Amino acid sequence: MFTNQKSEIGNRKSKVPGLYIHVPFCLRKCNYCSFYSITSLSSIPDFLKALLQEMEMVHDPWGPFDTVYIGGGTPSLLTIKQLESILTRVQKYFRLLPDSEITLEANPGDLSLPFLRSLKSLGINRLNMGVQSFDQKILDFLGRRHSLEQAISAIESTRLTGFQNLGFDLIYGIPGQNLASWQKTVEQALTFLPEHLSCYQLTLEEKTALGQRYRNGEFQLPEEDLQYDFFMKTSEWLEGAGYLHYEVSNFARSLTFASRHNQKYWNHTSYLGFGPAAHSFKDGERWWNHASLDPYLADIENGKLPVEKKENLTIEQLRLEALFLGLRTKRGISLQDFTRQYHSDLLFEKKEVIGNLERQGFLSIQKGHLVPTRAGLAVADSLALI
Amino acid sequence: MKNIRNFSIIAHIDHGKSTLADRLIQYTGMVDERNFQDQILDNMDIERERGITIKSQAITLPYRAKDGNDYSLNLIDTPGHVDFSYEVSRALASCEGVLLLIDAAQGVQAQTIANLFLAMDNNLAIIPVINKIDLPTADVERVIEEIDSELGLDPFSHLKCSAKEGIGIEEILEAIVQRIPPPTGDPEAPLAALIFDAKYDSFRGTVIHCRVFEGTVQSGDIIRLVYNGATYKVDEVGGFSLGRLRREKISAGEVGYMIAGVKTVSDVHIGDTITLDQRPCEKPLPGFKEFKPVVFSSIYPIASDDYEDLAVGLEKYKLNDAAFVYQKDSSAALGQGFRCGFLGLLHLDIVQERLEREYDLSIILSVPSVRYRFTLKDESLVVIDNPAHYPDPMFIAKGEEPFIKAILLLPEKYLGAVMKLCMEKRGVNSKLNYLSPGRVELIYEMPLAEVLFDFYDRLKSVTQGYGSFDYEVIDYREGDLVLLDILVNGEKVDALSQIVHRENARQRGLQACERLKEEIPRQSFKIPIQGAIGGQIIARSTIQPFRKDVTAKCYGGDITRKRKLLEKQKKGKKRMKMIGSVTIPQSAFLAVLKTDTD
Repeated sequence: MFTNQKSEIGNRKSKVPGLYIHVPFCLRKCNYCSFYSITSLSSIPDFLKALLQEMEMVHDPWGPFDTVYIGGGTPSLLTIKQLESILTRVQKYFRLLPDSEITLEANPGDLSLPFLRSLKSLGINRLNMGVQSFDQKILDFLGRRHSLEQAISAIESTRLTGFQNLGFDLIYGIPGQNLASWQKTVEQALTFLPEHLSCYQLTLEEKTALGQRYRNGEFQLPEEDLQYDFFMKTSEWLEGAGYLHYEVSNFARSLTFASRHNQKYWNHTSYLGFGPAAHSFKDGERWWNHASLDPYLADIENGKLPVEKKENLTIEQLRLEALFLGLRTKRGISLQDFTRQYHSDLLFEKKEVIGNLERQGFLSIQKGHLVPTRAGLAVADSLALI
Repeated sequence: MKNIRNFSIIAHIDHGKSTLADRLIQYTGMVDERNFQDQILDNMDIERERGITIKSQAITLPYRAKDGNDYSLNLIDTPGHVDFSYEVSRALASCEGVLLLIDAAQGVQAQTIANLFLAMDNNLAIIPVINKIDLPTADVERVIEEIDSELGLDPFSHLKCSAKEGIGIEEILEAIVQRIPPPTGDPEAPLAALIFDAKYDSFRGTVIHCRVFEGTVQSGDIIRLVYNGATYKVDEVGGFSLGRLRREKISAGEVGYMIAGVKTVSDVHIGDTITLDQRPCEKPLPGFKEFKPVVFSSIYPIASDDYEDLAVGLEKYKLNDAAFVYQKDSSAALGQGFRCGFLGLLHLDIVQERLEREYDLSIILSVPSVRYRFTLKDESLVVIDNPAHYPDPMFIAKGEEPFIKAILLLPEKYLGAVMKLCMEKRGVNSKLNYLSPGRVELIYEMPLAEVLFDFYDRLKSVTQGYGSFDYEVIDYREGDLVLLDILVNGEKVDALSQIVHRENARQRGLQACERLKEEIPRQSFKIPIQGAIGGQIIARSTIQPFRKDVTAKCYGGDITRKRKLLEKQKKGKKRMKMIGSVTIPQSAFLAVLKTDTD
């Protein structure tokens, strides 16, 4: 069993660290994606060798972990053997708690029945699928390599294989999209009863294909009012369907299914990352690996940790992070904890602003927590600047 | 005395004045390569960053000329902006000659001519120097033409150099020796020394920079400043090297400094004459004028707790800037602050930046204003430089505003565009002179208020950078002047009020509303912005509330990137002021006056 109803998933007091592995390969680059990835698969063997070495170098520094998240890139591009070598290495050097959440990010195009069965036998118990849309035209616009048909059949196969924790990524705010067409995608997603849904607003980064086309004036993005409607309606529909809107972009069928791993990022729990561009955090220190493969490989070759940079966060920086991360979550910010940790009494210092935002319906105070309302989540970043 | 030369370098902005000074200093071995730093004489960070000289500087260059004699060449560096033209004129009055520097690519510009006139007023020997001859766009032949036709100088008298590349430096030094006359004067006569600058030294108090025309001064002398009659005992005199160089005495013909227990630089007046108390000179040296600020604005601390710090900062700043004046002021919207007078907008900009940088103050400046005169119906006269003091319109018989004479130099092909701009700025009495084929001098009389704010930027834009501009204030003229108030979210923000010509009021109101709409960040509620004259709304715009942030992914643990973005925004917020329930950024107050540069 991979879930434990009594576990403290999502509880901020669960400070068990998480482990992240970044697989920087993609068959093709999606038009909107600015994450680091390489489309030439020939260096996968070198990468794997280095990754395994990196884990050996770091060893087990901080006691047991309760999540492993294999992200990317497209980790589902790896063969079962390759994934197995990674997970075996994880088991060898790091202690995992028995009910650990082990997630694989997957492209629907990669998920054949035999592959899924093998994934399951490797102990992977959560799949996060980059579905993005149930509209073929939008998939084309985004430059996804999977087809609508592949997505549907992959989802069905996952269920057949017995995966009981399945998440979809979906994107809204696409040029030309209206509320009705987005609603269709959401409704179709719901027919599969996913345990988890991530609904992102399309953001255009400078260096992406779409970013370039946008600058050339080839298309327009939906106006802010429509973006607002997308956001609010999504939240209404999904909460109406029984999902918990637990973070700006994330919905879970119940608290149990909230991404245990991602929450560690949002509440300053420790995490340890491997692979290019992976970030790690512990005790107010954050560091990250070289984003591109070559310097990453070179460092490991020379017996050096491939860390590009380290930063020691000041209490002021930790406070700002706690504020903006907290206000992106349904739980909000525990006022007592905040005061204790950052020596800063929000209710006292920002009395007037918080009062105004409460009256305007952006914030509320519930059981000692400063909690964003739905409209508040829509402007979470602005709230963090109070 | 025959081995002394007092000279200055004058030029249009960016024609390479500071670079040439650097080269002269280097050539004469004042500083070795290792310690060399660009723009040696510009020793404020702001001067280096902006590439302009704000304060005058002096330095003596030792030079052995080809005739085998040793000379002391006193270089007096001058500020390079029209805001400071009085200081320039006093520095020039201390010289016998100038290097008139002209960019080989840009040719003669408005400040070249304005500076030439200043030099001619002081009967100086003028050596035209064509700089930047190494540039691929250099057109030396054309510049020689312009020296003849536009400056009326002997075209054969020019020198060529590239200060950047160090070409032609020796020739310049030789020309200074040969063509600039040595100073004259009688070391035994009663003391007459011209103050051309004053600096504040935190250990020694005010250091007076002066040129001695007659007589001699030494420590122990009791000096008298002619303008206010104050007397001081001289502690120390000396000349200039890279720093101060103490000497026993300084005499007629020499440039030097004096330390005499003067507390602040405001106690001395640039252009004033220093003489001896016991044996005064017959009459003061000519050309003295009192500083007259022309632009006024109020400075407020963004956090009201910082008021005391601001007061201390201003007091310290004032020690070293005699042209800056201030007094207490208060605003309904912004609280306690200070009303300040400046020589021009650049001066205002510099004061703002130095207060923020050197005294770590976060401040807001109200919309700048010129000084207006109102004659009331009871025939009394009110002079105001603060829109908050605009008299009750019921009692106004007549309003007057300062006018300037603007001198513009531009290629003929931009004439139409520039005339249109000048008319828009209520320019009158235009005069047009053809200087040389294709180049014209355009003279307009214009209200100072119209030119102060964005005229220069727009001139640059309509002439693609080829137009240049200089001005002087001439007189006051009658105009129908009304008070334009700005209301943000229904509240009048007095610091945004401005006095405008009735004809332009509506347009200016619209402009202000549009500008503010761009400058004021959206908030969680709708914000109306209105322009009003005496309670009547004449313009409006609305800032829509924000509804949706782009809350992008915060994945893979890269929280740092997002935090940095927020830190930047937060820093921006520190430069904003809560007025009622709306935060208004510092930039909004100055932006109100800017028009679109289309």
